[in-house]
Amino acid sequence: MNLAWFDKHKNHLVMALAVAFFLILAFAPSYARTYTIILLSSIIMYVILSLSWSMFSGPTGYTSLATAAFFGVGIYNAALLGDYLPIGLLVLTGGLASFLLAYGVGTITLRLRGVYFAIFTFGLVELIKHVVSWIEVNIIGTRGQFVTRVDNVTVFYVLLSTLAILLITMYLIKRSKYGLALSSIGSSEDAAVHIGINVVRVKVMTFAISALFAGVAGTAMATRWGFIDPYIAFDAFYSFLPTLMAIFGGMGSLLGPILGASIFTYLQEILVTRFPYYYMLIFGTIMVITIIYLPNGIIGLFQKLFAYIIKKLRSGSPGGENADTKS
Amino acid sequence: MTTAVLNIIITGLIMGGIYALISVGLSMQYGVARILNIAHGEFIMVGAFITWMLFTNHLLNPLYSLAIAGPFLFFVGYVVHRFLFKTLKDRSPSLPAFEGNSILLAFGIMFIIQSLAMVIWGTQIQGYSFMAYSVYLGSIRFSANRLVLLAFAVAICLLFYLFLTHTRIGKAIRASAQDPDAAGLMGVEINKMLALCFAIGALMAGFAGVLLSMVYPIQTTMGLQYTVIAIIVVVLGGLGSISGSLIGGFILGMLGSIVNAFEPGLTMAAYFFVFMILLLVKPAGIMGR
Repeated sequence: MNLAWFDKHKNHLVMALAVAFFLILAFAPSYARTYTIILLSSIIMYVILSLSWSMFSGPTGYTSLATAAFFGVGIYNAALLGDYLPIGLLVLTGGLASFLLAYGVGTITLRLRGVYFAIFTFGLVELIKHVVSWIEVNIIGTRGQFVTRVDNVTVFYVLLSTLAILLITMYLIKRSKYGLALSSIGSSEDAAVHIGINVVRVKVMTFAISALFAGVAGTAMATRWGFIDPYIAFDAFYSFLPTLMAIFGGMGSLLGPILGASIFTYLQEILVTRFPYYYMLIFGTIMVITIIYLPNGIIGLFQKLFAYIIKKLRSGSPGGENADTKS
Repeated sequence: MTTAVLNIIITGLIMGGIYALISVGLSMQYGVARILNIAHGEFIMVGAFITWMLFTNHLLNPLYSLAIAGPFLFFVGYVVHRFLFKTLKDRSPSLPAFEGNSILLAFGIMFIIQSLAMVIWGTQIQGYSFMAYSVYLGSIRFSANRLVLLAFAVAICLLFYLFLTHTRIGKAIRASAQDPDAAGLMGVEINKMLALCFAIGALMAGFAGVLLSMVYPIQTTMGLQYTVIAIIVVVLGGLGSISGSLIGGFILGMLGSIVNAFEPGLTMAAYFFVFMILLLVKPAGIMGR
């Protein structure tokens, strides 16, 4: 009886939990220390990046390594327009710039499949990095840019609301015909073409929307850093880290990338200052183990465990009775 | 004027030799084992640091290190494939899934090798002086170690090519690249071949590292930059084509040398530009099937 009720209201329950969680976070600045706010901002930034990565790459199966390009465009947007626009407008222009870049890149590249798409997007980040760096040194005559600073709490709220909008967008896409089209591309692109899906448009639009959020996150974070240069803004790590976090968490649900990014960022925070070399060793080891043994991430692991418990409960065996009282 | 042109051409050949050498291994790993090995540059780095360590501590001639670093990295490559990539392959539902995940797995391996190297050798830029005197080719001056590097790079590439085309194992490797199932039916031990190919790729990376360390300063973080160049060359020549990556290496070396003569800051940008145009126009590469 308990289980039946749980099944019926599962969606509401999850939603209520999500809202409660957001409320707790929204009031964080009134009870938490500044350090906590800064840490939370970093975590939310990575959550946004890995969600935006999984929004496109999860269902379609195209491994994009261009996240750093969109993030970096956001960062440079903050550097160039930060003096003239308030933060609310600034993140919009950053998102728009990334959206346009992804739209253009997507239009010309999304016919590349598999490993070629991954290589191309990786090359894109490097190309932009070197071109921007050359322009700075040879035309502007400086290396790097100053960014007008915005206080931590404002950045935190910008990131938090971006996350909320991103989650709602992803939820709506997932439930719509559009999301179905997207995952059919992942299962079999040729079949998707044959049943009348405009494959190119669906792919390009999703790619561009996912890039928009990376651009917003980049803009918001840059206002906290104060100084940036092409090697900070277009660091390939911003492509690889969100990918890893999403896979580590599990891409089957929205919760996966959130969990993956949170755990990883927190780990990074505590390990990186204490053991800078061993941090990367641990990081690499987790990555290797995850990719080989946990293809569905920790969420997949939990789901397996959960399914096993439910099965035990439902089987109605004497063992089931015991398990029920225990849990 | 002619001196300047000749200078550009010879510098291009030297760079091309290095690029070809660092790319054949990667090309082999992708062509046969279907692994786009992002950790390739880390094997180069380890080869370079072993050489540096033996030279500074024991004054061992770097060329002898070819016989030490090479087999060591061959062994490491074999173990890495046998225990990591093979397991991943067995657990992957399809070949495309394996290809996608193997990039990420290689990225994890890159982290592990790099951080271990940082623990052992630190993060400073290192280097040593070996055959750093000048020789003259006509009226142009070159340091001797660069010419030795070019000679060895070309010799190793040629030997490797002959190994693939003229030996029984080479034939088995090419058969596995063409059609793994059919090769298996013909009595080729596929799993052994895949591990062997990955190991040979690591061996070539090791050789490249040894030779590079004679000329260029080395650093434990240098791996990714060589991986990136190797990937560009391999795509330029056609993913998986050995002769393609040899030719691609020299084309990219020439391009680098020309751009470097006019606008040094744009060398990498030029590489990526050519690379991306090529991906769009002819993703199969110049020697692609």
